[in-house]
Amino acid sequence: MAAASHAAPARVHVRRPSTLIVLRWELRKLISQKRTYLGFGLAILLPLIFVIVQNLHQRHDRGGENIFASQITQSGLATPVLMLLFLSVFMLPLIASLVAGDIVANEDGNGTLKTIFTRSVDRGQVFAAKALAAMAYAIVAVFLSAAVATIAGVASWGFKSVTTYSGTVVSAPKGLLLVFAANACYLIPLLTVTSIGVLLSTVTRNSAAAVVGTVGIVIVLLIVAQIPGLEGIHPYLLDEQFENWHGLLRTPTDWAPIAHSAWVCALYAGPALFAAYLVLLRRDVAGG
Amino acid sequence: MSEEAPPEAPPVRARGLVKRYKEVLAVDHIDLNVRAGDVYGFLGPNGAGKTTTLRMALGLIVPTEGRVELFGRDPLREGARALEGVAGFVEAPRFYTYLSGRKNLELLAALDGDGAHERIDEVLEVVELSPRAGHRVGGYSHGMRQRLGIAAALLRRPRLLILDEPATGLDPAGMRDMRLLIRRLADDGITVLLSSHQLPEVQELCDRVAIVDSGRVVYEGALADLRRQGGAGYRLRTTDDARALEIARGLDGVEHAGRGEHGLVFQAEEQAVGALSLELGRAGVGILALTPELATLEDLFFRLTEGGDAQAPAATISGSSGVVPTLDGGRTGEHGSTAVPAPGAVEIG
Repeated sequence: MAAASHAAPARVHVRRPSTLIVLRWELRKLISQKRTYLGFGLAILLPLIFVIVQNLHQRHDRGGENIFASQITQSGLATPVLMLLFLSVFMLPLIASLVAGDIVANEDGNGTLKTIFTRSVDRGQVFAAKALAAMAYAIVAVFLSAAVATIAGVASWGFKSVTTYSGTVVSAPKGLLLVFAANACYLIPLLTVTSIGVLLSTVTRNSAAAVVGTVGIVIVLLIVAQIPGLEGIHPYLLDEQFENWHGLLRTPTDWAPIAHSAWVCALYAGPALFAAYLVLLRRDVAGG
Repeated sequence: MSEEAPPEAPPVRARGLVKRYKEVLAVDHIDLNVRAGDVYGFLGPNGAGKTTTLRMALGLIVPTEGRVELFGRDPLREGARALEGVAGFVEAPRFYTYLSGRKNLELLAALDGDGAHERIDEVLEVVELSPRAGHRVGGYSHGMRQRLGIAAALLRRPRLLILDEPATGLDPAGMRDMRLLIRRLADDGITVLLSSHQLPEVQELCDRVAIVDSGRVVYEGALADLRRQGGAGYRLRTTDDARALEIARGLDGVEHAGRGEHGLVFQAEEQAVGALSLELGRAGVGILALTPELATLEDLFFRLTEGGDAQAPAATISGSSGVVPTLDGGRTGEHGSTAVPAPGAVEIG
């Protein structure tokens, strides 16, 4: 190995990097991994498949169905709303958990956690960056899906006015704004799922277990919601929060479900993230 | 806010370190004192607790008892701040296999701050990885990953370098290069804490050592002291070995005289060796060869870590030289070395 001088410096206080820098590298790592694109692929493919199928089997009479389903061929803006409706309960939580469940466990298993824990950043910074990166991924997945659905829908059926749940017809630009806002509202429960994924990723140290566990929790809560006699707890179950955005598609806007989901989700996400942080802070990093 | 560490604080100071995993006591009250400028060998058989100790030193795992300070700072209490000026790796260095070597270093430099990014090219040159820096780490050989591990450590401009088996898995040329690199880094003033199975490597590189066995330190101190405690032995070939042995056994100052593989072996101070040669001459016994031999680190290592084992092979107990030196359990050497009796590993010979 080549000769070069590496005289040890005198003691100096190192200016340590900010959490933003750690986050930037977490995102770069995500971008460099194939797994990342699996979720994005699903987020793109599903709306495309939906639109293609609708184009192949056009039915104009959809009486009795969801109001947006009945106007699927009348306005391209109905497509992103329907896609959000279909994907919100299972597929988008699955996509979010693909990264959230993996983000800590994968590094623990590969031994790279010890590599970054022996640098100049604190564990808390690493945790914050990982949680934020997982959330950023979920946000991108949601808006990617929405964008593809909107573009494909508009390309197929035009950028036209759309009728909301309350029967009010809104202009196409306003409809587009509502589509964006609905997806933004949906992020509240989805980021909660992400937080649960990060917790399981930290606790289980096993990517597969964390991903399956996160989706499993969502499914269990769905099943619980179906159990007769438990109606009283429905407003506090996660699956109820997946529909919080419906309030935006009414006139006047119903903010109550959005506000309700905000605090209910905070009750899920807050403890999950705090517990994950504590576990990572005190964890023996012996893997790899 | 943490207190300012004293400027004279030693690079590593561990007191009463204990790590227990349920029923298993992996580390049992280990004390370590690595001083500035040391190339400090940390030796022990597999499962002796070396890696666990190093993990505790780097703040990767929490001790059950005791504490460790790096330059006076406790990694558990002060987190990343305690690792200022400290770098290294435990077990094999791990990287993101989907990123190139350079990208890995860029990532780690970003996590180091302090201008580490500007040193990437330099450290790649040092470990001779520049031509492959753009390739994904997933395609690197074991040796290249080890070298990348060293490069990652050097990014931090360490004053203390902690290396856990850095030569493991390297071919002979790689091992030689690694030795040269460590030697040169030490010459540059970096304190090195080196855990290794390569006893010749430790003997060549290290000036102080700690030997651990079953989670306990059985010796800590200067390597020279250890070898001295191992005893100055001699090998003797004469025209009449039987008569020579009789004379040696009857002479004051000559100890542990016996038959070795090729002639006689004994321990003695120089004066007694002179007296013995005179006596042999008077008795008409011709001296064909009289060779002084120090116990090797390997001899001492096995005596300290296997010495209590009645089934241990004779070659291990007596050493490769055939000399049977005495190792005083609990004795403090002139440079502050301490031989701590391991369970059943005292007073061999």
